[in-house]
Amino acid sequence: MRARVLIRPKSGILDPQGIAVERALPALGFRGVSNVHVGRLVELDVDDPADLDAMCRRLLANPLIEDYEILEAAAG
Amino acid sequence: MRAGVVRFPGSCDDVDAQLAAQRVGEAVLLWHAEPDLQGVDCVIVPGGFSYGDYLRVGAIARFAPVMESVVAFAREGGLVLGICNGFQVLCEAGLLPGALLPNDHLRFRCAQAAVEVVNAATPFTRACDPGQRLSIPVKHTTGRYYAPEDELDRMQAAGQVVLRYAAGSNPNGSLRDIAGVCNEAGNVFGLMPHPEHAVDELTGASADGLRIFASMAEAVDGRVAA
Repeated sequence: MRARVLIRPKSGILDPQGIAVERALPALGFRGVSNVHVGRLVELDVDDPADLDAMCRRLLANPLIEDYEILEAAAG
Repeated sequence: MRAGVVRFPGSCDDVDAQLAAQRVGEAVLLWHAEPDLQGVDCVIVPGGFSYGDYLRVGAIARFAPVMESVVAFAREGGLVLGICNGFQVLCEAGLLPGALLPNDHLRFRCAQAAVEVVNAATPFTRACDPGQRLSIPVKHTTGRYYAPEDELDRMQAAGQVVLRYAAGSNPNGSLRDIAGVCNEAGNVFGLMPHPEHAVDELTGASADGLRIFASMAEAVDGRVAA
């Protein structure tokens, strides 16, 4: 299975990258932008999708400071 | 005291840490791929960019063969000091509570920092006075200490907040101005400032960092070292 893991800062934890992007967009003339958060995307092929959650908890994300979301991606 | 300084691919303060430890005892380098700790009395996980800081600071280094031995050594009560990237690695390895987040201003900060000794009863600070102010440099992008509020309350009550940035000199937005913390047992200590860069007034703004290494030598050798 081709999987896609989205990792983002936990809500409530200061996300200075998100704030920096949120401030930069209006400088380019884009209005009405809020709640910007910057995270990571990990794409991987796995034989057993049941392993994904443990992979996230043990390596791909730090559950103390990050939330993760596992998505199935189209193969290829 | 015979210290072992871990060297990961990407470590860059390993030799300074070794030289600092050699002022109060012996020090050898421990290659990350070798699980043998060579019978050292204490382990120092130095600063740098272990494994390129890929994925998340400290995240890959914690799986190095040497780290399995360091974790076992710490669980048996051995002294483990983590400096900067070493602090991040020890948090990722679960030896210390909390995590290090990007500085709140998102910039690399390189500066001399005023740091206060909150707990002078640990093996890493016993050569300091309670409340003593040390001048030690910081240099990092990811040094904002974070733990949940209830955990911070618990740590403070248990004396696990060992070092704090002096009022007005927090360089990274660390919660409660925390600069260094220890585990519950008190034998594992991590800090963002670099004591190994402050051991000689010829090359640093102070030699205050030596107090950390002298404390460890005292704790290991049972005598005043420097």
